[in-house]
Amino acid sequence: MNGMGIMRRAGICAGLLVISAGRAWSGGLAEHALEWPSGAELLRVLTLQDYNTRVVIIGAGLLGLAAGLIGTFLLLRKRALLSDALSHATLPGIALAFMLMVAIWGDGKHLLGLIAGAAVFSVLGTGSVMLIQRHSRLKDDAALGIVLSVYFGLGIALMGLATRMESGNAAGLSSFIYGKTASMVFFDALLIGAAAVVCILFCLLFFKEFTLVCFDAAYAASQGWPVGRLDFFMMALVVVVTVIGLQAVGLILVVALLIIPPSAARFWTERLRSMLWLSGAFGALSGLVGAGISALMANLPAGAVIVLTASLLFILSLTFGTARGLVRLGLERRRLRLKINRENLLRELYEWFETRCGTSDPGFNECQLLNAPGRPELLSLRAWTPAHFRRSLRELQSAGLLKKISSDAFGFTPEGLAKAQAVVRKHRLWETYLITHADIAPGNVDWGADEIEHVLDLDLIATLEQVLTATRPAGMPQSPHELAASERNV
Amino acid sequence: MDWTVLDSWIVVTGMLSAMSCALLGNYLVLRRMSMMGDAISHAVLPGLAIAFLISGSRDSLTMMVGAVLIGVMTAFLVEAIQKLSGLDRGASMGVIFTTLFALGLILIRQAADHVDLDPGCVLYGAIELTPLDVYEWGGLEIPRAAVTNAAMLLVNLAFVLAFYKELKITSFDPALATTIGINASGMHYVLMTLVAATTIAAFESVGSILVIAMLIVPGAAAHLLTDRLARMLALSLVIAGLSAVFGHIGAITVPGWFGLRDTSTAGMMAVAAGAIFVCVFFFAPHHGVTGRAFNRILLSMRITRDDILAFLYRFQELAPEGSPPVSASDVENAVKAGSAARLVMWDLVRRKYVDRSAEGLSLTEEGRGLARSLVRSHRLWETYLCNKMGFCAEDVHYSAHRLEHVTDKALQDQLVEEAGYPFQDPHRKTIP
Repeated sequence: MNGMGIMRRAGICAGLLVISAGRAWSGGLAEHALEWPSGAELLRVLTLQDYNTRVVIIGAGLLGLAAGLIGTFLLLRKRALLSDALSHATLPGIALAFMLMVAIWGDGKHLLGLIAGAAVFSVLGTGSVMLIQRHSRLKDDAALGIVLSVYFGLGIALMGLATRMESGNAAGLSSFIYGKTASMVFFDALLIGAAAVVCILFCLLFFKEFTLVCFDAAYAASQGWPVGRLDFFMMALVVVVTVIGLQAVGLILVVALLIIPPSAARFWTERLRSMLWLSGAFGALSGLVGAGISALMANLPAGAVIVLTASLLFILSLTFGTARGLVRLGLERRRLRLKINRENLLRELYEWFETRCGTSDPGFNECQLLNAPGRPELLSLRAWTPAHFRRSLRELQSAGLLKKISSDAFGFTPEGLAKAQAVVRKHRLWETYLITHADIAPGNVDWGADEIEHVLDLDLIATLEQVLTATRPAGMPQSPHELAASERNV
Repeated sequence: MDWTVLDSWIVVTGMLSAMSCALLGNYLVLRRMSMMGDAISHAVLPGLAIAFLISGSRDSLTMMVGAVLIGVMTAFLVEAIQKLSGLDRGASMGVIFTTLFALGLILIRQAADHVDLDPGCVLYGAIELTPLDVYEWGGLEIPRAAVTNAAMLLVNLAFVLAFYKELKITSFDPALATTIGINASGMHYVLMTLVAATTIAAFESVGSILVIAMLIVPGAAAHLLTDRLARMLALSLVIAGLSAVFGHIGAITVPGWFGLRDTSTAGMMAVAAGAIFVCVFFFAPHHGVTGRAFNRILLSMRITRDDILAFLYRFQELAPEGSPPVSASDVENAVKAGSAARLVMWDLVRRKYVDRSAEGLSLTEEGRGLARSLVRSHRLWETYLCNKMGFCAEDVHYSAHRLEHVTDKALQDQLVEEAGYPFQDPHRKTIP
């Protein structure tokens, strides 16, 4: 129920966001509405005719694929936010590399140099996080926050210096913060492509090792795997994806490419291999679509559009995912609730007849004919809403478990009686177990058993029978407390 | 360095915003939710943008309301996604805040040409410009940002003082809080609301990412310095204030060494906070790296001392009357502590527990008393472990060997009682 409440409230929140966004649109944005592309432009982008667009879209797609793959392992290793810290930590590296190159060559805009600086500092940042975690009592969240903000602060301070230098032309450096996909040149795309292909290959080659480290690092270590080195290698791949992604989506949003696609893939499957591929596909799709959209509409920053595309995929997965999606969970919960209602009705009816006719077979049918309860009596046996009650009654009738005995009185069919006996038996076995083994007072066990009886399976029942040797396998145990049905009778 | 009244105002504004952040940050650190501060401060961007677009002005109140709404929504959505989908907290945070940040970036870009809102300014603030935007108040010109941040600091202070007990219990033991009737999730959301509001107030001065430095670093450093909550709060305020002061001084002096004019004060504030943290990390008395290493060395010294005393006692117990004292090198080999043993021996002689003569070492009367007590603890433990816990194997000696160092008089007496007033240990040695 709690889950449903959250869902409802989350819905309201999302609704509010939409409303406020809508108001913003009509209030301010309408004046500079986006320029929608013409059909010809759309065609040009879709068919990748434009050289520059082709470079950008393919680069973004490959980046998304690589990030989706390695992000899967990052997510399973529960280190999603570590990527946030290490991407923020790249900023001082970029600024320092720039200043160093200006001092040496007089020009600081060499992409490889900047990326090398970024990589060095992201490794330093990761190292600092580990250091703080291992050698102080601060928890991982504080370590991440400290490293992220202090390194970023250092980066901002160094950027301030870099922009005040007379030579070197630092104007484009800030594109590393927000990303500037549109300005990618062929060389950038080539670099991204090469790095992405390397990452993809390593992810596939080390699939088994990474899986082992992610799911049970202690076990992997005991089996003789070099867990520390594998872990380091995995983080190195994350660093590679992060630094090549800086230029495309910017250092704040590059984490989204590592986190969102695998999180979305999680809703569709419970198998790692399919999750890996799905996550890669989601990443690639976000990259392609996002870069495409931003190529069509000049005023949209590509990094943000790529991330929002990924978020859209996430929302779709969250809702419709076949393994853990909300729709599926909701349906399952509903199915269980209906089953519980039906079983409760069967039990109440059985106990009704039990207190009046006994349990012995001969004479039961005649007794049932005489004592069959009507709707009002059945309804009053339990605190259920009339609607739930009517629905359960209808379903049981159509399943052939209950039959109408007269115009407004109900009894069991033979199959219904057997089914009801099974349900009541489960209930009473569990009650007896609670009384004898969990020391719960007989007056309180009914509710405890009420919750659990619907999920007891055959194995568990067999175990219960073994534990409760007093109960003979076939017989119906006595109810340890007074029955609601008999109280009504008095 | 030219220090003007502008510089003073920059420092005051920086201190006020840093302190109001740090106060709440303590609770984020204690609740292990530091990254929630990160998520909220990134996610308020669309709130700011939307409020901007609706009101068309930089009126603080509208921005505050818009951003606080989005901030609380972020906290809520993170929680909801975590519960609904079973993703871990970090991942659900990552999904939410990057999405909202991307949304905010797009909205800001759309609005950039007609409103004065620059993403760079949002990210790392413009504290250098705050003294230019002033309130006239009683003939005094006070920067607007300083007033906003002072108000926020007062609100946070009032909140922390009013709900000191509730915050403490919910931070350390939410389950206990719920059982004694404190609404733990209510406290959580109030805290998140205030974090969002503080983030906005501090935006103009330190920007959205450096706000995280002020939220987390002072609290984390203070957490390493003390074990008491009230002291931690006070220390974090001091550290926050110092970061602002040193940050601004650093921003206008350090670049001078390289022939440049100055750099971002907000960035340097984060760096200063980081530098303070590094100092605390290494040199904090109990929880610092060197402090802990020092304690470990002291402990191992004490253990070596105990070992030497006990060894000398046992030697004298076994040696016939009048035999020569044991040589220093034999003692060194016996306690297996390397050169540390020599240092400890020197210390023992200095304290007059041990006599050093030409032939070797012997216990003084004082040292003998101390050593007797140690051996007594050792043999009592052996007896107790063997008789009462059925733990009589060879290695009972080693267990007793570890325990003897932490056994005081009261524990000895209790052991005597528990072991039934024994005279001999399992190895048939007399208990002194």
